[in-house]
Amino acid sequence: MSILEVKDLTVTFPGGVQAVRGVSYEVERGEVLGIVGESGSGKSVTSLAVMGLLPPNAVVSGSAKLHGRELLGMDDDELVKIRGKAISMIFQDPLSAFTPVYTIGDQIAEAVRIHQRMAKDKAAKRAVELLDLVGIPHPDVRAKAFPHEFSGGMRQRAMIAMAIANDPDLLICDEPTTALDVTIQAQVLEVLKTAQQETGAGIVMITHDLGVIAGMADRVLVMYAGRPVEQGPVDDLYYRPRMPYTMGLLASIPRVDGEEGPLVPIEGNPPSPSSLPPGCPFAPRCPMRVDMCDDEEPPLIPFGPGGGRSVACIRSHEIEHKGLTGADVFPVPVIPPSEVVRVPRAERATVLELDDMIRHYPLMKGAVMKRRVGTVYAVDGITFDIAEGETLALVGESGCGKTTTLQQIMQLAPPEGGRVVVLGKDSAKIDKAMRRALRRDVQIVFQDPMAALDPRMPVQDIIAEPLRAHGRKDVRARVAELLELVGLSPEHAERYPSQFSGGQRQRIGIARALALEPKLLVLDEPVSALDVSIQAGVINLLEELKNTLGLSYLFVAHDLAVVRHLADRVAVMYLGKIAEIGTVEEVYDHPAHPYTQALLSAIPLPDPEMERTRKRILLEGDLPSPANPPTGCRFRTRCPKFATQLDEAQRQRCVDEEPSVARLAGAVDHGAACHYAEEIEVITASDDQEEK
Amino acid sequence: MGKYLLRRLAINVILVAVAASLAYMLAASTMSPRAAYQGRQPPIPEATIDATLDMYNLNDKVPVLQRYATWATGVLQGDFGKTWNGGSVNDEMGRRIFVSLRLLLIGTLLGFAVGVGLGAISAVKQYKATDRLIGVSSFVVLAIPVFVLATLLAIATYNLNRGLGFTLIEYTGEYNPQLSGWDQFLNRLNHLILPTISLSLGSIAFYSRIQRNMMLDVLGQDFVRTARAKGLRRRTALTKHALRTALIPSATYFAFAFGTMFTGATFTEKIFAWHGMGAWLVDAINAQDVNSVAAVTFFTAICVLFAAFLSDLLVAALDPRVRVN
Amino acid sequence: MRSKVVLRRLIANRQARYGSIALLLLVLVAYIGPYFGAYAWTEKDFLAFLSPPDADHWWGTTSIGQDMYAITLRGMQKSIVIGLLVALISTGLAAIVGAFAGYFGGWADRVLMWGVDLLLVLPSFLIIAIISPRLKAGSSWLWFVVLLAAFSWMITSRVVRSMTISLREREYVLAAVYMGIPRWKIIFRHIVPNLSSLLIIDATLNVSAAIIGEAALSFFGFGIQPPDVSLGTLIAAGSGNATGYPWLFAFPAGALVLLVLSVNLIGDGLRDALDPGSNS
Repeated sequence: MSILEVKDLTVTFPGGVQAVRGVSYEVERGEVLGIVGESGSGKSVTSLAVMGLLPPNAVVSGSAKLHGRELLGMDDDELVKIRGKAISMIFQDPLSAFTPVYTIGDQIAEAVRIHQRMAKDKAAKRAVELLDLVGIPHPDVRAKAFPHEFSGGMRQRAMIAMAIANDPDLLICDEPTTALDVTIQAQVLEVLKTAQQETGAGIVMITHDLGVIAGMADRVLVMYAGRPVEQGPVDDLYYRPRMPYTMGLLASIPRVDGEEGPLVPIEGNPPSPSSLPPGCPFAPRCPMRVDMCDDEEPPLIPFGPGGGRSVACIRSHEIEHKGLTGADVFPVPVIPPSEVVRVPRAERATVLELDDMIRHYPLMKGAVMKRRVGTVYAVDGITFDIAEGETLALVGESGCGKTTTLQQIMQLAPPEGGRVVVLGKDSAKIDKAMRRALRRDVQIVFQDPMAALDPRMPVQDIIAEPLRAHGRKDVRARVAELLELVGLSPEHAERYPSQFSGGQRQRIGIARALALEPKLLVLDEPVSALDVSIQAGVINLLEELKNTLGLSYLFVAHDLAVVRHLADRVAVMYLGKIAEIGTVEEVYDHPAHPYTQALLSAIPLPDPEMERTRKRILLEGDLPSPANPPTGCRFRTRCPKFATQLDEAQRQRCVDEEPSVARLAGAVDHGAACHYAEEIEVITASDDQEEK
Repeated sequence: MGKYLLRRLAINVILVAVAASLAYMLAASTMSPRAAYQGRQPPIPEATIDATLDMYNLNDKVPVLQRYATWATGVLQGDFGKTWNGGSVNDEMGRRIFVSLRLLLIGTLLGFAVGVGLGAISAVKQYKATDRLIGVSSFVVLAIPVFVLATLLAIATYNLNRGLGFTLIEYTGEYNPQLSGWDQFLNRLNHLILPTISLSLGSIAFYSRIQRNMMLDVLGQDFVRTARAKGLRRRTALTKHALRTALIPSATYFAFAFGTMFTGATFTEKIFAWHGMGAWLVDAINAQDVNSVAAVTFFTAICVLFAAFLSDLLVAALDPRVRVN
Repeated sequence: MRSKVVLRRLIANRQARYGSIALLLLVLVAYIGPYFGAYAWTEKDFLAFLSPPDADHWWGTTSIGQDMYAITLRGMQKSIVIGLLVALISTGLAAIVGAFAGYFGGWADRVLMWGVDLLLVLPSFLIIAIISPRLKAGSSWLWFVVLLAAFSWMITSRVVRSMTISLREREYVLAAVYMGIPRWKIIFRHIVPNLSSLLIIDATLNVSAAIIGEAALSFFGFGIQPPDVSLGTLIAAGSGNATGYPWLFAFPAGALVLLVLSVNLIGDGLRDALDPGSNS
């Protein structure tokens, strides 16, 4: 019997905004239902409606039954007995989800005492037990800490502890790992699985990450524009998607197990919930659209033999019949090859060179009593170079120093230690005029396309700003040319940034960066703020620009799948140092540093079969503070190799001696900073990789 | 931490010194206590006036810098000099501080407590009749300057008392010196009613608006949703989680108001004829009383800096995010 | 566009609508009203001392026979002009000092903020009270405006400073830096315009604060000096006899309250319209 049964749920906000338009699903005991969708698809609103936590001005209709009892329209007095007891919820951002002024332990104990008659001290003890269960070290001490004193991963663990405090029947997880780094995400997903085993609860897992769903879910519901468009068992849906949106989504994500060639982009943007197109909401973006698609919205109807599968598309049988995939249906752009790369790397000019670069910050403490208490070793001696026409990716988790590196390069100022050489000019030895001239050749594209554009300037002025600053004359013509180059219409030059979608704004940012015809483009997480279906188009654009304009990229990212797709070489950073560096093929297929290995194994693959059979290398604990890095090898405190495979004498070396990047035997361009580097395969190469 | 506190203390001492010195210079070079002696009948001989003024360090024939030096030496030894007619500024200050304290303590506390309460209710009942009523009233009150409000209250009380035929509510002075014991205490309380209302109405309106905004900011935040998701009733989630967090900014305003309480009630003191610190400033300026003016300035500067420090401390106490280990 | 969106939200905002209409009416009354009255504000009617409102003297007369209608409107004009000028000067000063201190940081920041602290500690009331009665008649009210403005910008400049510090790290500001645009240009092109919501709201609220401030100082005789009148001097004169001759107090006090109320309503409506995160 199902725990939760949702039927025809609709949610309308004032102003006729239909956020959810008829969602139905069931969750069984012990089952994980994944709900996938992009931002604005209504996936979070659905679950808040079930919990009765929407603002009072939202109009909810349909039905949501918990163990046969109707939840919608239930009295708040009754609902409080269900919330936190029968249904618990885990939210995306664990920092804002905890009340800042109470300790974690108190907040969990409060959750216990709401639903169980228990003395205060007993509840506090129970809170410590729960924290222990989700793997928080020293739970008795940590229970007395405030939310801001926890790291992101630890907070999400505490959130899970609070959610399972009363043994719920159903757990709703709303993007539970989106705010976390991959290795921490892997830990938290593991904790969620443990929590499910402990409680036997059903889980509704809401996320935009197809990889996470592939590894967690039993069944999947795909949402688009407030409605489910496809539903089915995870394997069936991933390997045989029958709705063009799902097909496009699965084909558009870059994969860490490697696939060459351009990505499959879905053109256009999701419709606004206040002005939906007639008929199928996906029709305007669908390559298989026929006139009939605009007549009426196709209902979600059972599909195929065996049941459990439903699709909302009038051409689904045709897709099934012809065995179409995303790559067949969606037009794949042709990206011209780069001219420069024909020249061997050693003979190409060096665009950027970092030599043992150091950047430290003073560590300040206290808001009332501000004072220096130490030093943050943000970047502590890194060396790499970028050749003409090449993309070097700098990857690592938050706090590894990649953003600091990038800022140091962009400032074109003398570093605290080491050298930064841009286009043959040492940043410590140039004067003001030369620095200004050099700025023309080095430009940057930022992560957040909203924050990167001044909201009060029309696009025309935004793109013209660098041109005017450097005294270019033909500003107007050049702006039009640039807009066309990045795939936007020049007529849009008068508009303001807020009138563009995220992907379009990122294109504007790229156009601005290209305005002065730079030689080196620094890309700071250029696609991580974009929805999956938009990402592919921007990645393709970046690849095309690089090839046609002969640019070099320094690409900073945490998404290793995007990096694999776009980069030629990759440098993995950990706590201000480079752990491993080399060509993408070498590093991804034969990682030698234990950190790289863990990082690669933590990435969820959008492939249910592979996710199930994969062995993960889980890292212990959090990143140590860059103000107080461990002696010797910085990774040793979390290193699985250090913990399990080395003997006492070998370990001593890791403690005493800091490893430097050494070229690996037998490799042309591959080095690792580990005393005991050893290449292993972490990701099984995909079929098409094996064919080569 | 000790070093930090010392540095902060040093900066504050300098600020107070500069502020008080500037005030002294300005007052000493523009005001003329001599005028109070010159216009008398029968006329006082100039030599006598000079001698008297010299005694009080108020003689405008002495160079300003020299007078300043004398004054500053005195202040460093804890002596603020003499008033224009030879009284001790220290005594006067001591007396007036307590007058102000008696007058303002209740009003300040009441204003904060009632204001925060109303603001919280207003936020919880957003867009309902209660919210609109509180909102409109606080708006109107905030638009009425305190001297208009105090005058209005005085008129209303005067008419009320006249209508009743006896004095129900006192509207001027601090107490009736003819009464004693318990009666005098009650009489003192009676005298407090009007000034307290006129003082606290404004702060009630002020805090209710601040608290409402803070609450609304907090109400939409994730942690309130979490509190409800774990099964707390709306009311409990709002008071225990939202109000407690939203109290922090209001409390800093309160700390500041508390610190500057002594000199903040010039109008109320003047209109209801209480001889506190606030009224002293106006009286001193009108009496061309240089040393008193400088003393009030000195005291005000210390209050402002103390208030800033107090609000920092209070934030640290209420908000674990800025607490110092 | 954005300005259109703001305008639409502003018109949709009931408070702002009522406030604007009220303010407009008050300004009209203050400036056009005198042409309809029978007496000029400088005239004295020696046949009517302290006469209550009647058909001849609509709002009554004072103890020296001035027409209350005429002098109240004159006082309103003064209060409105003072409010607007003070708001303009002090908000402008706050924006410039705050933005420069916040953007440049370091020594510039420390020196400017130290000045702000000093001005906050200095008793503004005292300084204005000592200086303003000694100003020469004629243009004295302009000096009074300068004094009032000089002591009312500090808190805002602190807010501007802290917002600038967070704006400084915004990516579009960084982008401008990396383009090689001079820093003073960045302040005026990217920082101040993006603080405009705050500054507009602040300027509006400064208008009402200045009107009250002027009235308060004039109440004690430290503000506008005779023979000129302002609402503050009129209220001061009227409050002493408010029980016996209520018209002396009621009209100027009512005008003051209405003026402040309408400006505050506009300010609050602006806050709702300009701040997308606000609850409206």
